[in-house]
Amino acid sequence: MSTETLTPDSTSTTSWWGGLSRRRRTMVLSLAALLVLSIVRIITGADDITSSGTVSSTLRVATPILLAGLAGLWAERVGIVNIGIEGMMIVGSWLGGWAAYQWGSWPAIAIAMCGGALVGLIHAVATVRFNVDHVVSGIAINVLAAGSTEYLSIIAFKGKKGAGESQSPTGKGGYGEFDMPFLTGGRIGSWRSPDILGWIERQHSIPLIPDIAGFLRGLTSDVYLPTVLALAFIPFTMWLLWRTRFGLRMRASGESPAAGESLGVHINRLRYQAMAVSGALAAFGGAYLSCVFTSTYRQGQTGGQGYIGLATTIFGNWTPLGVFRGALLFGFPTALKYRDDQNVPALFLVGAVILLLVAVTLVRRRQFSTGSAALVTAAVAVWIYAAVAEVPETLVTATPYVVTLLVLAGARQQLRPPAHAGQPYRPGENH
Amino acid sequence: MKKDRLQRMLVTSASSVLAVVVALVICAVLLKVTGKDPIKAYSTLFGAASEGKVLQDALNRATPLFISAAAVAIGFKMNLFNIGVEGQMRVALLSTAVVGGLVELPAPLHVLFCLVVAMVSGAAWAGIAGYLKVRRGVNEVISTIMLNFVALALVAWSFDVFFREETDSASLLVKTKELPTSAWFPDFVDRRLNGMLVVALLVLVFFYVLVWKTKFGFRLRASGGNPGAARVTGVNPMRMVAISMLLSGALAGLVGMRALLGDVHAYQNGLAEQQGFNGIAVALLGRNHPVGILFSGLLFGFLSAASGKLQLEEIPKEIVTIMQGIIVFAVVIINGAVKRWDERRIQRRAAAELERRAVEVAAA
Repeated sequence: MSTETLTPDSTSTTSWWGGLSRRRRTMVLSLAALLVLSIVRIITGADDITSSGTVSSTLRVATPILLAGLAGLWAERVGIVNIGIEGMMIVGSWLGGWAAYQWGSWPAIAIAMCGGALVGLIHAVATVRFNVDHVVSGIAINVLAAGSTEYLSIIAFKGKKGAGESQSPTGKGGYGEFDMPFLTGGRIGSWRSPDILGWIERQHSIPLIPDIAGFLRGLTSDVYLPTVLALAFIPFTMWLLWRTRFGLRMRASGESPAAGESLGVHINRLRYQAMAVSGALAAFGGAYLSCVFTSTYRQGQTGGQGYIGLATTIFGNWTPLGVFRGALLFGFPTALKYRDDQNVPALFLVGAVILLLVAVTLVRRRQFSTGSAALVTAAVAVWIYAAVAEVPETLVTATPYVVTLLVLAGARQQLRPPAHAGQPYRPGENH
Repeated sequence: MKKDRLQRMLVTSASSVLAVVVALVICAVLLKVTGKDPIKAYSTLFGAASEGKVLQDALNRATPLFISAAAVAIGFKMNLFNIGVEGQMRVALLSTAVVGGLVELPAPLHVLFCLVVAMVSGAAWAGIAGYLKVRRGVNEVISTIMLNFVALALVAWSFDVFFREETDSASLLVKTKELPTSAWFPDFVDRRLNGMLVVALLVLVFFYVLVWKTKFGFRLRASGGNPGAARVTGVNPMRMVAISMLLSGALAGLVGMRALLGDVHAYQNGLAEQQGFNGIAVALLGRNHPVGILFSGLLFGFLSAASGKLQLEEIPKEIVTIMQGIIVFAVVIINGAVKRWDERRIQRRAAAELERRAVEVAAA
């Protein structure tokens, strides 16, 4: 990976940490996060925090965010800023709902992806052909998508059975689910294999081990097939970006299109192709909401998840695995909330501990202002845990944005956006 | 030189008009395809212009758009994209509704006090994005988008927990404590056209004078147009970024005041929703110029005021939102094309001049 060649300043960090490779550090950090969760689970008795059920629903909540994040990644890697992800998701969710009640669930996803690709191409035509400011075009797409789906809903759904001015009829057909044999009791033929991880998970008195088991079990049991499809885009994108000629050209287009062009790369054609994929991925995320997560399209269903996706692209440092990590992190609070409101206060304790660690790191790096901002947020989180009996959903929804802002403000040296993203480019005029 | 300026102005207005025409044509096709009669739709929509009530409503709806467009345009002049007008407006709405109710002042002073509170709180929220940009190099587009959502959540939460008034369940809507009448902005036409229109027009005048008639405005345009050259002449670009972000936020704070001081007189969820976002479209159509903003604000205000009439003809009023989206798209695409054409024209003229001189030299 290109980002692995970067070595962040190791002067302010301890020697063992500085000596670790980036991949090892991520492993250590993930284990540390699980440990924090595990301790909080034992202190508060909120066993659900790391149960496989929670992880499993986190995965469901995270899938549309993951897809939106990948949509942002595909666009920005070729140098196009995609603020229109939200609009593309709206189009996807509408098309999904519209197609699902007529032709069933899988065609709905396919139709939504085609429609999303078209919207992605509109964004590409505006930004590539006409050199429109990327942000402006994205905003126009969001306005247009919201307006036209509202209009078309009235035309297409009003008066249909079980539908209304802002809601589609219930979709036909469902999707299969997937369980891993031997680990989570998946079937081989007609024989049901043992659920080993499930057994480990139930040993609540031990720290850490049941949490790891719960995490793994959540990722491998009761997984919707569309989720599997969405997850498959992670290794696919990684392979494409770093192992193929096409991916190299994509990255060239995002980093230095003039250099790519001088080597004979058709920058504009490449950008059209990548934007079509970006739009299709975002629309898949939208269709996931209206066909998989629920079975009807509702107006306003995406609720800003396209923007969370955008945040995930940044948080994930423009890498597929990073986007996945961000999607899981951002989906976690919502999933906990869905399962049981009682869990959420415990989450604020988790947040406080993590923010405290961040603050310590920042202060050691002499970034006092951001460090104290993190410290204040941590104090507020502890106060909320102690004082507020029920945590309002509104604050939970803000976490992805606050986290992304803190990351942008505090760890910007470690972020590496494509150098040319968002800048105007005309082939043949960059000498 | 003067002729050149006139020509450019004509081209600019022509391209904006063309964008509106394109949007009308595309929407007509959409109406036709979805089984509605476009001629009936447009005659209903524009026929409403003959009704005084609709026109008053249009002016009333244009009031916040003028202000939010000016807020966005001030950023644009400095190459700053403040997408956060909506969030800044929201923060200002709640803090003004709360702080405005704490003091007792005579009528005109109380209104003035509320406006100042709104501007300060809007500027403060925008200041976060400004700080992140200046000190941490965070792109303002990303930070203002994120801050919009944070503002939305924070305002909704603190309203819910601290400031909502326990009503005797007579009305379904929950609000903050109502502001005293001394803080109400008087109406021109009772319940139809609010006096905030004057403030909005003053904002446009202020915007014009500041950007085109002062040293600060010159520096602002210079740093936006050519940062390198501006820096050489001693302009501190980071300082300009900070100031224009704060100014933009202060104006954003005023956007919701027509709804708060002139209409509801208390904060409630969904108050003045979207008025900050719509300013972006109005600023783009108005080409970041006060006169352009005046016209495009009036158009957008009129469209949304007249859209109610469409419902009576069984045509979904959402067609107007689509129209506004297409107008924005068309105007930026046409602007791009015109700019390209203008560049080519200048290049051609320069080439012809060079050739003429070369011939002269050769002849001598």
